[in-house]
Amino acid sequence: MSEVVQVGTPSAAGRPVAVRDTKALVAKSLKRRYAAERRFRLYGVAAIAFAGFCVAVLFVTIFSNGYTAFWQTNIRLDVTLYPQDIDPQGDRSPKALSTANYQKLIKQAFGDLFPDVQNRREKRKLFDMISPGATFVIRDMVLKDPGLIGKRVQISVPLSDDIDQFAKGFIKAETPESERRVKDAQIDWFQRLKDRDLVVTEFNSTFFTAGDSREPELAGILGAIMGSVFTMIVTLAISFPLAVGASIYLEEFAPKNKWTQLIEVNINNLAAVPSIVFGLLGLAVFLNFFNLPRSAPLVGGMVLALMTLPTIIIAARAALKAVPPSIREAALGMGASPVQVVFHHVLPLSMPGILTGTIIGMAQALGETAPLLMIGMVAFIVDIPGSPVDPATVMPVQIYLWSDSPERAFVERTSAAIMVLLCFLIVMNALAVVLRKKFERRW
Amino acid sequence: MDMTNVATEMTDAAPHLPSHGHSQAAGEPKFVTRGVTVHYGEKQALFGIDLDINTNEVTALIGPSGCGKSTYLRCLNRMNDTIPICRVGGSIELDGENILAKEVDVVHLRARVGMVFQKPNPFPKSIYENVCYGPRIHGIASGKDDLDEIVERSLERAGLWKEVKDRLMEPGTGLSGGQQQRLCIARAIAVDPEVILMDEPCSALDPIATAKIEELIDELRENYTIVIVTHSMQQAARVSQRTAFFHLGDLIEHGDTDQIFTKPKNEKTQDYITGRFG
Ligand SMILES: Nc1ncnc2c1ncn2[C@@H]1O[C@H](COP(=O)(O)OP(=O)(O)OP(=O)(O)O)[C@@H](O)[C@H]1O
Ligand SMILES: [Mg+2]
Repeated sequence: MSEVVQVGTPSAAGRPVAVRDTKALVAKSLKRRYAAERRFRLYGVAAIAFAGFCVAVLFVTIFSNGYTAFWQTNIRLDVTLYPQDIDPQGDRSPKALSTANYQKLIKQAFGDLFPDVQNRREKRKLFDMISPGATFVIRDMVLKDPGLIGKRVQISVPLSDDIDQFAKGFIKAETPESERRVKDAQIDWFQRLKDRDLVVTEFNSTFFTAGDSREPELAGILGAIMGSVFTMIVTLAISFPLAVGASIYLEEFAPKNKWTQLIEVNINNLAAVPSIVFGLLGLAVFLNFFNLPRSAPLVGGMVLALMTLPTIIIAARAALKAVPPSIREAALGMGASPVQVVFHHVLPLSMPGILTGTIIGMAQALGETAPLLMIGMVAFIVDIPGSPVDPATVMPVQIYLWSDSPERAFVERTSAAIMVLLCFLIVMNALAVVLRKKFERRW
Repeated sequence: MDMTNVATEMTDAAPHLPSHGHSQAAGEPKFVTRGVTVHYGEKQALFGIDLDINTNEVTALIGPSGCGKSTYLRCLNRMNDTIPICRVGGSIELDGENILAKEVDVVHLRARVGMVFQKPNPFPKSIYENVCYGPRIHGIASGKDDLDEIVERSLERAGLWKEVKDRLMEPGTGLSGGQQQRLCIARAIAVDPEVILMDEPCSALDPIATAKIEELIDELRENYTIVIVTHSMQQAARVSQRTAFFHLGDLIEHGDTDQIFTKPKNEKTQDYITGRFG
C-alpha cells in the first residue's frame, strides 16, 4: 500500500489540492494505536503482577512466621487429686475448691516422673518446664466436677513457652547453654518425656479462647477480638446514620451557598486529619470532660466514628450525586414529597456506593492503633470484655503489644494475630462485595 | 432499606385526595393562565403568557428550541419549584384556583396534574412497582386487590397490558424505549390525574412507537386534559385540537389547530410551520 500523498487532482475550484491516501494513513496510525494499546496493557499486567507478588510475599512471611502458634506442646500428666490437699475440711465449699493449692498436685505428679531430681535448684528448673496455666486446668476440672476428688485423672497441660519453642525448633540445642533460655538439664528431661511418649502437640485452642497473658502459652486473642467487635459496633452505630444523614441533607436539601461550601471543604479536610489527632480529641473531650471510662470500646468507637465520618460522608455524597436526576424528576412529578423521593428512590439506588464507603471506613477503623493509644486502650487487659464499657484492647493494639514483648513465643503469636486480623478484613471486604451484589440486583 | 415497606408506611401520611369528577364539558377551560413570567436567576425565560387550556382537549405547544415551551409546561404542575434559581410570576388557575399561591400543596397538585418526560424515566424497579407507586404514596388504593386492579387498568389504558402482563415483576428499565414511555404514561394515569403534561414524549422513539403513543394520546383525551410539547408539526396537527406557538419567551399565536396550520394570522407562525426557521 502506498504511503505517498498524491497531489494534483484538481478541485472543483480548479486548484490542485492534496488528496490523501486515507487507507494507508489509517493503517499506519492503526499500527501505532495497537502498539500503544499493547504497551498499556503490558504496564497494567506488570503492575498487577508486582502487587500480587508483594501480597504473596507478605502472606507467606506472616504465615510461615505464625502458623506454629496454632499448635502447642503439651504434656500428659497423671495427677492424683488428694482430698487432703484440695479440701482439708471436706465440706466441698466452692471457696475451698477454688483456692486450694493445685500447684502442689502438679508438682507432685510432675516430680514423680523424675525421682532422680532432688536438689532444690534442679527442682526449680524442672518445674519451670510446666506452664503456670497447668494449675488452672486442674482447678477448672475440679470446680466443674467435685466428684473427681480422690481419683486419679489424666490431663494434658501446656509446657512453658521456652520448652514449646525448643520443641518447635526455634530454640536450638547447638546454641551455647549460656545464650539460650532452655538449659541443658531441661533439654535432657524433655528428651526423657518424649521417650516416654508423654509429650503431645495439640491444637492451641487457648489462643482463640483466652485474653492476654504474661505467659505466651496462656495468651489468647479473644479479648482483643471482643474489644474490636465492640469498638466496631459503636463506630458503625454512630458513624453510619450520622454520615448518611449528613450527606443526604447536604446533597438533597441544603441550599448551595457559602456556608454549605465551607462545610464541604471542612469535611474533606477532616478526612485528611492524622488519626492521632482524633485520639487527642477523644482524650480531651470524652475522657477528661465527659468522664467516660478509660480504655473502653465505647470511647474507642466514638473516636473511630469521628475518624470514619468523613470517609463515609464523601462516599455517600458521591453515590447520591450519581443517581440520575431523571429519577428524582419522575418521583417529584408523581407527587412524591422530597423526603419520599430520597427514601424511596435516591437512597436505595445509592446504597451500594454508600455501603462500599462504609466498609472501607470500617476496615480503616479496624486497623487503627494510634488514636486508641491516646485513650488508654493499650493497657494490659487479661479479662475478656463483656460489654462496650469494660476495659479492652483491640486487635491491632494487641499485635503492637505482642510484637514488643521479648519472649520468642510472642513472635509467632504476633504473626498469628495478624492472620486473624487479616481474616476479619477479608471477611469484611467479602461482605462488602456480597452486599453490593445484593443491592445491585434491584437495579 | 426495603422500599416497599417505606412506601406503604408513608401511605397513611399522604393527604386524602378528593375524587376528581371530570365533570367539565369539553371546551371549558381547565387552566387559565394570565401574565405568566419566569426568571431563571437574572435571565427571563417567559414574558407574560396568557393562555387557556381546555378540558378534554389536547393542546400542543410548538416553537423553536429554547423558546420556553418546557418552562411553561413545568409551571402547570410547579415542577419549576425544584429549580432553586427559578421564579414564577403571574397567575395560573386550575379550575379557578390559583396554583401559584403559597398555601397550595404541590404534592396534591402533582397528583392532579401528572407529567410524562422527554426521556422515558421508569423507576429502576419492577413494572408493577412503577405503576403502583403513585396510588401507594397518595393512599388511593384500598388494598392489594384494589392496587392490582389499578395497575392492570392503567397498563391497559396505556396499551401496554398485553405486552407485559406476564412479566410484571421484571424491571421496568428492561423494556424497549417505546414500552418504557408507555409505562411512564401508565404510571402517570394510575393516580387518575385531571391533566397530563407531556414534554416531547416521542422524541426518543422510533416512528412505530411514536404512532402508538399518538393513538394513545387520542384515546386518553376522552378522560384527560392533555398538554403536549412537540417539535413535530405533523404530530401537533395529528393529535391536538388547539395549538399554541411560542417564540423567544412570548406566546405569538394560539387557536384551533386547524386554523393555526391552515390560516395562521401571524407571519412568524407562518414562517415556523412552513419550516422557514426553527
Ligand atoms: N434550569 C435552567 N436554568 C437556567 N436557564 C434555563 C433552565 N431551563 C431552561 N432555561 C432557559 O430558559 C429558556 C427556555 O428554555 P426551555 O427549556 O423552556 O425551552 P424549550 O422551548 O423547551 O426548548 P426545547 O425545545 O429545546 O426543549 C432557554 O433560554 C433556557 O436556556
Ligand atoms: Mg424543552
